[in-house]
This record gives sequence, C-alpha cells and structure tokens, in this order.
Amino acid sequence: MSTWRVIARAGSGLNNGIFIRSRIFARHENDRPSGFRIFSSSNVFRTDFFKELESQFKASREKAFTAMPGSDWDPLNLTPGRPPSKTDVVIVGGGVVGWSIAYWLKRKERIRDGVRVLVVEKDPTYSQASTVLSAGGIRQQFSLPENIHLSLASAEFMRNINDHLSVLNEDPVDLQFNHSGYLFLASEKGAEIMEENYRTQRYAGAKVTLVSPTQLKEKFPWLNTDGVALASYGLENEGWFDPWTLLNAFRRKAISMGVCQGIGEVTGFNYKTYTVPTEDGELVDIKRIQHVNVRMPNSLEHQLVECSIVVNAAGANSGKVAELVGIGSGPHHTISAVPVPVEPRKRYIYVLHCPDGPGLDTPFLIDYSGFYLRREGLGGNYIAGMSPEEDEEPETSNLEVDHPFFQEKIWPLLANRVPAFENLKVTSAWAGYYDYNTFDQNGILGLHPLVNNMYFATGFSGHGLQQSPATGLALAELILDGEFKTLNLNALSFNRIFSKQPTLERNIV
Amino acid sequence: MATCNMARSTLMRWRGGAWTCLTVARRSASSAPEPVGPPTRGSKLLLSLSQWFHDVEAMLLWRSRQRSRALRKKNAYYGYTQFHCGDNVASAYFILSMRGAFRFAGQSEWFRPNARGKFSWDFRNFPEEPIEEVDMSGTQMNYVGLDNLVNQRVLRSLSVRGCPEVDDWFLSRLHIFQDSLEELDLSHCPRITVGGLASLHRLRKLQRLDLSSLPRLQNPGQVRILLEEVLPHCQVSGVEYSQGLLPRRGAQTEAETETETNLTQRTHTHTLTH
Repeated sequence: MSTWRVIARAGSGLNNGIFIRSRIFARHENDRPSGFRIFSSSNVFRTDFFKELESQFKASREKAFTAMPGSDWDPLNLTPGRPPSKTDVVIVGGGVVGWSIAYWLKRKERIRDGVRVLVVEKDPTYSQASTVLSAGGIRQQFSLPENIHLSLASAEFMRNINDHLSVLNEDPVDLQFNHSGYLFLASEKGAEIMEENYRTQRYAGAKVTLVSPTQLKEKFPWLNTDGVALASYGLENEGWFDPWTLLNAFRRKAISMGVCQGIGEVTGFNYKTYTVPTEDGELVDIKRIQHVNVRMPNSLEHQLVECSIVVNAAGANSGKVAELVGIGSGPHHTISAVPVPVEPRKRYIYVLHCPDGPGLDTPFLIDYSGFYLRREGLGGNYIAGMSPEEDEEPETSNLEVDHPFFQEKIWPLLANRVPAFENLKVTSAWAGYYDYNTFDQNGILGLHPLVNNMYFATGFSGHGLQQSPATGLALAELILDGEFKTLNLNALSFNRIFSKQPTLERNIV
Repeated sequence: MATCNMARSTLMRWRGGAWTCLTVARRSASSAPEPVGPPTRGSKLLLSLSQWFHDVEAMLLWRSRQRSRALRKKNAYYGYTQFHCGDNVASAYFILSMRGAFRFAGQSEWFRPNARGKFSWDFRNFPEEPIEEVDMSGTQMNYVGLDNLVNQRVLRSLSVRGCPEVDDWFLSRLHIFQDSLEELDLSHCPRITVGGLASLHRLRKLQRLDLSSLPRLQNPGQVRILLEEVLPHCQVSGVEYSQGLLPRRGAQTEAETETETNLTQRTHTHTLTH
C-alpha cells in the first residue's frame, strides 16, 4: 500500500494536472449514495481492478498447476474416466487379471511409455466383480501341471509382493495372507486319483502331504473321518487372502506406472476382415480389430479407441465380449462357428457363526461331496459354499442368494463332516459370478486364431484370482515377446477347444 | 488531457500488475503461509530438492532396490559350502555370517561371533555334528534364508527375536522342523500377524513359544487362547490372556499399575498351573 502511495506521489510531482484529473475521474467513478468519498486513486484501483486481477492470477496459477502431468484436470471439462482416443493395448475388464496384465506389460516395457495401456472397466465400484466376491483361496492342489505352476508362481509373487507392487511414499501392501493350507478329502473311489495328483504336485514342487484317516483324526480332532479314505494337506503357499487388497495393489501400481484407466462398457469393435487361403486351399476370414467402442456409464456418449491389441479379460462376460467381434457366429462346421465357451455361473457363499467350531488350525477344507469351508477371522465365523449340480444351475440375471440351498444341500454334509456345525447360524450370505469355462473348467490363455489381435485371459472357473499374478506375466510375455518364456502354458491355448481335446482337472470326487 | 489521463492510468495499472505478479510469484515459491525471518538451511535444502523431484524419487527407488538386493545376497543359499563341506558346516557358516549363534548337538558351548562380527572357524572341525539350537535374534534372516537350515533335522530351539525380516511366510515354512522343534522365540518381530501364527499348529512337538511384543498382532490374548487350544503341550509366554480386550471398569487402574515384570511372572504361573 505504501509503495503504491510513493508511486502516486512521484506521479504528482511530475505532472500536477494529471494528478488532479485522476482525482476527478476517481470521484466520478466512486459516487456512492452514502456520501462517502475516497479521493485516493490507489484504493479504488486496488478494490476494483487489481484485487480482481490478483485473484485471477491465483486462479490461473491453480489451473496451470492442475493441468500439469499427473493430474486429472482437463481443459474441456469432459467426462471423468473417459478413455483416450488412441492407445496400444486395450484391456477389456478391470478385474484382478486385467490389472495384473496391465502391470506386467508396463513392467516389461523397455523405455518409458513404450507401451500405452488402457484398462476399461464398466463398474469402478466393483459391486458385481468376481474378484472381490470370491472366497480368496490359493492352492497348489491341482492335477494339471500348468495350474500347479501358475499357483506356485503366484504364491511366490505374493510372498515378494512389496518388491513388485509397493509404490514409493505409500503404505506397503498387506495381503492379510492366512497360511492355513488346503485339506482335500477323498473317498474310497477318489483315493487313487488323489495319490496320482499328489505325485504330480510333488514333482512340480508343491509342498503337499498325504494324510491317512487316523493321522487326520489326530491332527484335526474336530473332523469326522467317516468315509474318508485319504486326504491331502498343503503345508506351504496355501491359504487365503484379501482379494480387494490384491486388486487395489495391482491397480495402484499399474496407474503409478502410467496405465490409463477408462470407465465405461465395451459395446462394440470396428474390425477389418481379410480372406486368407489355408494350406488346404480353404478360404478363411481373419479379422483384425481397429477400434474399440466404449460407452460411458449412465450416458449415451461413446468413445472410439484406436488400438493395435485387445486383451479380453472380462471374466464372466468375456463370452459376450467375444461375440461382439463375431466369434462363434460363422457358418456351421467351421472353426468360426466355435464360440468362446465362457459363461457366468452364480455361486453362493454363506457366512456362518458357530462359537464351538474348529479353531486356529481350520484349513481350507474341501470335501469329496463338493462343499468347502474356511475360517473367517478369530471370532468363530466361517465361510462355506458349494457348486450346485449341473442341472440345478441358478439363473444368472441377478446376484440374489438362494438361502434354502444352504439348508437343504450344504448343511447336512457340513454337519456330517464337522459335528460342531450341528448348531450354527447363517449370519450373512452373498453371491458372485464364476467365469465358468463350459468346455473344461480351465483358463483360456492366448491369441484367438481368427481374430489376430485379440488375446484372451479368461475362463479360469474360480481360480482366476489366485493365478492372476502369473497369468498377467504369461500374457504380457505372449504380447511383447511373442511366446511364453517363464512358464509354458501352450496347453491352455485355444487349440484344445478347436481340436475338442479338453484338458480337464481330474477331480477327486 | 484525456489521453494523458488514460496513459497514466494504464501506466499505473501496468506497474500495479507487475507488482502483483511479483508478490504472487514470491508467495508461490513456498508452501508455508508467510515466511517468518530468513529461510533456514533445512527449508532451503527441501526447496532445492523439490526441483529435482523425479531424481530424488529415482534415487530412493534405487536405494530400496539396493537394500533388497543386499538382503537377498545375505540370505542366499550357501551351495558352494554345502557341496564341499556338507550340510552342517554350511548351516553353521550361514548362521555365523548372519551374526547369529548356534550350538552343536553333542556340545555345550555356543559358537557366537564377537561384537564386530568376527568368528573362529572351529566349527569346520565338526562336519558330522547336527545343529541343535539356533539363536538368530536381531539378524536379517528371512524366508529364503531358511534354505540353509532345511537339513537340520534335530533342530530343537530357534530364536528369531527382533528379526525385522521374519514374516508370516517364514512361519509357514517352519513346518520343515515339525518333528523336532520344541522352543520358538518370535518376540519383537514387527511383521508377524495372526495369519502366520495359524500355521504353527503343524509344529506338534512345540513346548515353549514366546509371543511378546508383536506390534501387528491384534487381540494377542485371544490368539494365545486359540494357540494353546491347538497346541495343548505348549507354553505360550509373553502374552496376557486379557491383552487386547477392552478394560473393565474398576479393573483399569489395577491393570495400569502392573509392571512389565509382574506381567511376565503371572504369565509363567498361569502356564504352569494350566
């Protein structure tokens, strides 16, 4: 203020006339009805113009600051979460598999921004996502070596999760991993297969042990061993964890590495069709996707995303996404008529309260009758579920829970296996979708032969969450290196579907 | 005259504008509301570092990577020693170079490095003696380091007191000693949670377990009860049954006056009468 007066005085010294004039000018400008008059010009300017200018400067500075890279401010004030119009890889589905692929793609890029990755997720709240509605278990007790290796690699990833997914200046990732192991029970009929599976698992490097019914009774006194001929028990790398933490850790890390997150639903693809002769002289239509059409949530706004590679990681809906490119709609008896055999299946999970139930040694129990059970916390809460019979599959249009299913199907089996569960209370329940592979209940990994830039990572039928870290790496290798490098997963490719040779898990039931 | 007036007012505006610019620019440089007095050396340093944000970030990342590399190197498998001198010497060498201590099965004296980490090489004279007791307290041992102890089939006592790298995965791997381990000291490990303690029920021979001062263990009293349930022959020490419970009214003052030593003594009597 005083500086301003000095300037004004200096001006008056130079030219008196101007000073007087400016006074008059100021008076006219400031003819207030109250009769209060200010003859100093400085105050007027300060209130009228410069004060405003100062706030304008401040606003523009803030604007410039938010427009710096790393902030989500947009000069045109567009829809938040709108995907960019151009990118290299579009990952359809922002579940744990999608984010894992995004993370590994970024991890494997050689130079900064070498691969531009966009993950499209239709529901950022993940209210119906299979990832967060699952029971969160991880096991190595499979019969297929590919599955065992995928789970082993994922367990190793989770052990070193903070080397991979920690972000500078953020809290370390805490998966809340519960190392309680899986306990598979086998009846007389399944004992032989269990022994075979055990040998495969040991050969692959999983720490599993076989337990006889007497040892079982000694180890887990709360268990009724009637009808159990053999059991296999995981010693290491098996248990359960918090799926939401894993998903968020992947997402946080991927976004910090420069992956773009787009919110919207993929409603279509623009593709070109090329006709190529095969070795037999047959003509085959090969498609190549050029644009992905993303619709913004709750609006009719569309965004075309130009891309070179599409990854279908849409989980339960990946069959529908594949139909958008015309997979499965070709003429009869050709491979273009074979659809992607993935469909949503509804599965229920019931939360039980039983104060007299088994304690800290409760493993993730899987009975040969099909139900599973695990502990939840320390307060006598448990989680149980079961897959229904093939002909009793529930409708998948909503996620409502069928409560009689527990009363009629699960409870009798549960109370028979663990007598303490005669008295229990179902405190809550929820339902989630399996990305069920109707062909052989195993993951589908790899390029579709007829759409030569659409990769698939889907159809895991309930073990997608536990295998997601290794799956992401495998698919990133397939995209960037052209082949599987760390794990050979060619057995999980599309070829088995076209040649009709399912790679089935050998069940112990 | 009017043009003169205009010229003057624009001049004044311009000057005023420039002044506002200057003040604005000066204010924007620091996040503090108003600098009081001359800037200190620390704030000057922070200010200059803020212009090197990405470099500082890269440096911190590099340091954390160096740290994990050093950790991996320390815990690496002593394959060369194992190949030339056998399992026991390799395990002993690993323990001593981690600044831990151990005792061979047939002997009574402990092998222990001095304060500077130097140790005598006498342990090489006993390639046939298995290791019975291991004290790794305060070392950087982690899950991978257990590779070096896997072959110690008669390991009776293990102490990982105050090891910053011992986590739940480490505990889940202790099942390799399930037929021999009797004493386990897990006190003061900052990374242990209930998820790892749940895997201890596989150690059927366990007789003494110390769980004192585990900062990430919620409801330690309840965990102790549950552990004693699955390990009936085991004395769990270092945790009071009521620990983690909400204090009762009236009993609060009593609990507050109890000293640490009193607590541990009572725990012992509890477990003895158990």
